[in-house]
Amino acid sequence: MSLGLRISLGLAAVLAVGLASTFEHPPAQTVQRGYRGTGMVEVFNPALLDAKIAANAIPAAFAPASAEGPKAGKIYKNVKVLGDLSVGQFTRLMAGMTTWVAPQQGCGYCHSADNFAADDKYTKVVARRMLQMVAHINADWQPHVGATGVTCYTCHRGQPVPAQLWFTSPGGPHPEGMLESDVGKNLPAPAAGLAALPYDPYTPFLSGAAPIRVAATQALPGTDRSSIKQTEWTYALMVHFSEALGVNCTYCHNSRSFGDWSQSTPQRATAWYGIRMVRDLNGVYLGSLAGVFPQQRLGPTGDVAKVNCATCHQGAYKPLFGVSMLKDWPELAGPVAAK
Amino acid sequence: MAMLSFERKYRVRGGTLIGGDLFDFWVGPFYVGFFGVTTIFFTVLGTALILYGAALGGTWDPWQISIAPPDLKYGLGLAPLAEGGLWQIITVCALGAFVSWALRQAEIARKLGMGMHIPLAYSVAIFAYFSLVVIRPVLLGAWGHGFPYGIISHLDWVSNVGYQYLHFHYNPAHMLAVSFFFTNVLALSLHGSLILSALNPGAGEPVKTSEHENTFFRDTIGYSIGTLGIHRLGLFLALSAAFWSAVCIIISGPFWTHGWPEWWGWWLRLPIWS
Repeated sequence: MSLGLRISLGLAAVLAVGLASTFEHPPAQTVQRGYRGTGMVEVFNPALLDAKIAANAIPAAFAPASAEGPKAGKIYKNVKVLGDLSVGQFTRLMAGMTTWVAPQQGCGYCHSADNFAADDKYTKVVARRMLQMVAHINADWQPHVGATGVTCYTCHRGQPVPAQLWFTSPGGPHPEGMLESDVGKNLPAPAAGLAALPYDPYTPFLSGAAPIRVAATQALPGTDRSSIKQTEWTYALMVHFSEALGVNCTYCHNSRSFGDWSQSTPQRATAWYGIRMVRDLNGVYLGSLAGVFPQQRLGPTGDVAKVNCATCHQGAYKPLFGVSMLKDWPELAGPVAAK
Repeated sequence: MAMLSFERKYRVRGGTLIGGDLFDFWVGPFYVGFFGVTTIFFTVLGTALILYGAALGGTWDPWQISIAPPDLKYGLGLAPLAEGGLWQIITVCALGAFVSWALRQAEIARKLGMGMHIPLAYSVAIFAYFSLVVIRPVLLGAWGHGFPYGIISHLDWVSNVGYQYLHFHYNPAHMLAVSFFFTNVLALSLHGSLILSALNPGAGEPVKTSEHENTFFRDTIGYSIGTLGIHRLGLFLALSAAFWSAVCIIISGPFWTHGWPEWWGWWLRLPIWS
């Protein structure tokens, strides 16, 4: 065998092994979610799924506190949201929040050590607004969160800043000139699962309320004026949904007609409410904190952190795989206090 | 049936793979052979079962008739006839008929002293079908991953299975297959237009030869692959298209469970720039 051939074969072998290492391998775990033979199937890697389920275990609940006894609003100063809780419930919830949000930093992450009632730390102001938000979600967004509800832990998972937040993206470096202009796409977009689709579908759809539907309702042209470019924005948003929930397009849609509700799964209705919920939270709750966050907590364009599907779901089709922490923390169930 | 003047020289005895002289005869213009008999058997049985399945299916609209594979819960076992069992037997019949046909082609090639190009080429098409209804379902652990036998229903299946991987155009083997299909079309259109031009000269002009054909492409694109070469190229492009089509569906699920755009993360993570 000639030297050239040997070198070529060696290089080919290295390339083949390298390429093979980029793939997964059987077995895959599949879940049928429609009539047989329709391709309405979820596909999972069981090893990754096991790791994800382990990572989504909930922390131990605290022993329940009695609602009897003096109210927190009477005993403590400057309690604006949780004043109707008993002192026992109030301190239990404060301890819970510490383990969910600031387990390393402790009470001092939000409170001044010498005066817990003071509002001098911005984190306390944010936490109060977030408590209102949680109560609002649990009381008013049951079409999306159901009786499972949410707690601080749904997003925070033991971190002061939830891992999955978004800011309006200014985009990456992009060549501009005669042949190409920056139209918000054609870069590997983490928001769209690394596709070259628009890299910031959040700002128009989840902060603003740009229309998402781009499918024609009739077969012939003329009923729908959406362009391919608009469709790509919607596609990017939908890939975000899939990635955030760890599912594929057929979890909500039968792709023979994406827009037809009668062919969609019930989960699509849940998602419809979810979109409205996220817009509401970004506009009313996170948007109201614009003057509160310090500079280092703001995004590259100066906006506050906002939520999307991944903020709660974190790769699970239901946050924390559907385990309800709210039942152990009825203090967070709402009804919402005055805004 | 009368025989055409040139037909006699193609009626060569022998070359059978199985059955010796027993099935070595013609019916009208058609060679029979052992594999002709098995082709007919599987085709008639499979078609009859499709008609039976259609009768159970509630519609005779030819667009809507569908024989669906079993539910995933049956795994790699047998399903009741009306719940996917028919699909399983029809799949056996289809593979039996296709493989019989390939072997009949091989017998004819042996009779005529030809190479095995035709049965081998046809085998690649069978491989693509075999990938869809056997290899991938076995790797995923259920016959229910096969595609339904219906004009519209199999298209719906293709669409949904594509969207199981969020954006199928990012599947690298799909990219190769599509590129080969389009290149095949380009080569065929160049070749077809060249032959039609050479054989249909203007009034009073003689038919052109391969020397003209070569000259045309040497003049226009600087290279002519030649009269034999174009057919080799066409075969390579067509078989590559079918082969990578089969690969692109085999790897979707068994070897990749996420969106296909994510697979390209390895490129972004290369130590050269990351």
